[in-house]
Amino acid sequence: MNMLHQSQRAMRAKRQDALKRGVVAVLDIGTHKISCLVLKFDQAEAALPSEGIGAMAGQANFRIIGASTTRSRGMRFGEIDSLQETERAIRTAVQGAQKMAQMRVDHVIVALAGARPRSYGLKGEVALSGGSVTDEDVARVLAVCDMPDLGPGREVLHAQPVNFALDHRSGLTDPRGHVGNQLSVDMHLLSIEGAVIETLLHCVRRCDLDLAGVASAPYAAGISSLVEDEQELGAACIDMGGGTASLSIFIKKHMIYADTVRMGGNHVTSDISKGLQISMADAERIKCRFGGVIATGLDDREVIELTGETGDWHHDRRTATRAELIGVMRPRVEEILEEVRARLDAAGFDHLPSQRIVLTGGASQIPGLDGLASRILGNQVRLGRPLRVQGLPQSAAGPAFSAVVGLALFAAHPQDEWWDFETPSERLPARSLKRAAKWLRDNW
Amino acid sequence: MRPLIAERTPSRAPRHAPPPNRLQAPEPPQAEIPRDPAPSIWSYRAQRLWLTPHFRRLVRVWLPCFVVALGLGIYFSQSDNRTAFGESWQELRSGIENRPEFRITVLGIEGASDAVMAEIRAALAIDLPVSSFDLDLDALRTRIEALPAVARAELRIQSGGYLAVRVSERVPALIWQTREGPVLIDAEGHHVAALADRVLDAPLPVIGGDGADRVADQALALHAAAQPLAERLLGLAWVGERRWDVVLVDGRRILLPQTGAVQALDRALALHDATDILDRDVVRIDLRHPDRLTVQTTPAAIEEMNKPPALNGAPPTGEQRG
Repeated sequence: MNMLHQSQRAMRAKRQDALKRGVVAVLDIGTHKISCLVLKFDQAEAALPSEGIGAMAGQANFRIIGASTTRSRGMRFGEIDSLQETERAIRTAVQGAQKMAQMRVDHVIVALAGARPRSYGLKGEVALSGGSVTDEDVARVLAVCDMPDLGPGREVLHAQPVNFALDHRSGLTDPRGHVGNQLSVDMHLLSIEGAVIETLLHCVRRCDLDLAGVASAPYAAGISSLVEDEQELGAACIDMGGGTASLSIFIKKHMIYADTVRMGGNHVTSDISKGLQISMADAERIKCRFGGVIATGLDDREVIELTGETGDWHHDRRTATRAELIGVMRPRVEEILEEVRARLDAAGFDHLPSQRIVLTGGASQIPGLDGLASRILGNQVRLGRPLRVQGLPQSAAGPAFSAVVGLALFAAHPQDEWWDFETPSERLPARSLKRAAKWLRDNW
Repeated sequence: MRPLIAERTPSRAPRHAPPPNRLQAPEPPQAEIPRDPAPSIWSYRAQRLWLTPHFRRLVRVWLPCFVVALGLGIYFSQSDNRTAFGESWQELRSGIENRPEFRITVLGIEGASDAVMAEIRAALAIDLPVSSFDLDLDALRTRIEALPAVARAELRIQSGGYLAVRVSERVPALIWQTREGPVLIDAEGHHVAALADRVLDAPLPVIGGDGADRVADQALALHAAAQPLAERLLGLAWVGERRWDVVLVDGRRILLPQTGAVQALDRALALHDATDILDRDVVRIDLRHPDRLTVQTTPAAIEEMNKPPALNGAPPTGEQRG
């Protein structure tokens, strides 16, 4: 746990350093595309002590000065598969964004969709010595949370306190200053495979960049595509990407669950390629241009030419109707949504007061998806687009960019994490001596 | 799957090169093999380096400055180059200076009499035409003002190649008898000319004595105060470089004190008004002691005075001692 705290604190220090310098890049490494945004922080406003969320919901103090998107390579299921190829794709995206920003970036915050995230709910409880709750008490209650057995080779990505309870009062966002006897905390812990993080770190380092933070892609997508009410009252965000469909559940402005279905838009494309016997590039083009999930009578008459370059005249001049295409696409989309439904059921989403579901991500642009999704997921489904932030180019405002925009918001306003609180001193007596020595060094 | 050892950059040569055949028409150029959009690691690093502000400033400001300075240094380190540069520079400069727009062709002198004008021309010693760049007007002005007859000079280059010299001459105010002969000096005591060289419009007061030119203002004041003497006044003599004598036509003198000379002269004149002392047989009136007026009479007068008083009407009054 201490190793984890140290590495996360090192990343936090880098992030603070980047914010002080005013420029940081956010990078969404997806299976289908890699997009990079360069954020410029306003120094004057960043220096102000922020009291909660401001009037502009934290978007006033940064603007996007560089954006670049490139086709992803060497990625499978949101994980790095071929390191060299991914590194080159990252270099392409970062170079494009730097060129647009006319500024060099050294720190990058990365969102990762794959790596099999797993959520845990932790609970900790301490008796207060009396008086009001202090920072020390918060650190103590966070420290007594039991670390679950994550399994071999897994690491903690997020560990956020989502709820504090004091005696019988629950739902406190900030218990400090309250008076009570018993303080308990609910914490959401998200673990992912450690090897994936190691690979990502290696890949980013090979691009001469410093990793200043890692966030889960469904978390970032939820930040940007759920509106404030949905985050407060409870909603699920489903980010349908190329290789994965990741889902996150928010309530009271905290993520309480995240999971990933290892199926996405690329599987739909490969189904079309197999079913209609055309190349993947053609299948992708036809999917984007004619794709859909609900067939109508008119679709039987819309003929799609299936061109090819095999040299076989008859093979290269086949046609298919749009209804056939929909017939290929729909089962796969249904399968993805049903898998998502199963994950939501397993997470206990039906017990939440609000059953809102927001579909976002590149694959959510299939026409008719909301109708199909409302049959499977429930009737409170809407399509989400990322929040509009200052300086975001129009080309990066579509639903495919909700994760990267959410990552920019995350960089501007990170949430409390476990490691943001000091480890209580009674647990580490040596540390208090070190702190005393440090205090002496700093002050004398 | 592509083998891991495969060449990363696609080769530009066509895979199946056709055998060269001269009879065949040249093939149209093959479609470009799509290039890898990813930058190579070195181009990526170069771009990042180029986007570093310090490096940019180094390359875009300091490097050109350094190159220019180095080139100039190398060029001018050769003495041939230096002289060649100096010569071409001089050529260019004289080419501009000798243009007719900058040429002075006429010299005009105003405010000087003919004799002074000739002196000024000789002092200037300019052989026209000359470029206005070659004229040092300040030096010329000092040269003109060094002439005794010139009080102030003003030089100006006007359009049309005209050098205007505006001169104000010194006005002779006094005639100063020196050992070399009488000269004219102005009110400040500056030498103007020898008396023989000038024809005076009006008679000027005459002064004498060594160093009298240094106290010309006192002489003028005394002369003004001595106006009632009219034709009787011959001149003023500066005695011992400390005090004045008023010299009258018949050799008689009024000796004035070192301080308060004008007041003393006024007193003498008042005495003359009251007693007509200057019409009597007096050689010198000595006013050097402020409390005591001393008069030296002629020997004849002394003799007359020593005669018996019966012959002489009233007895003499006052102290009469030489």
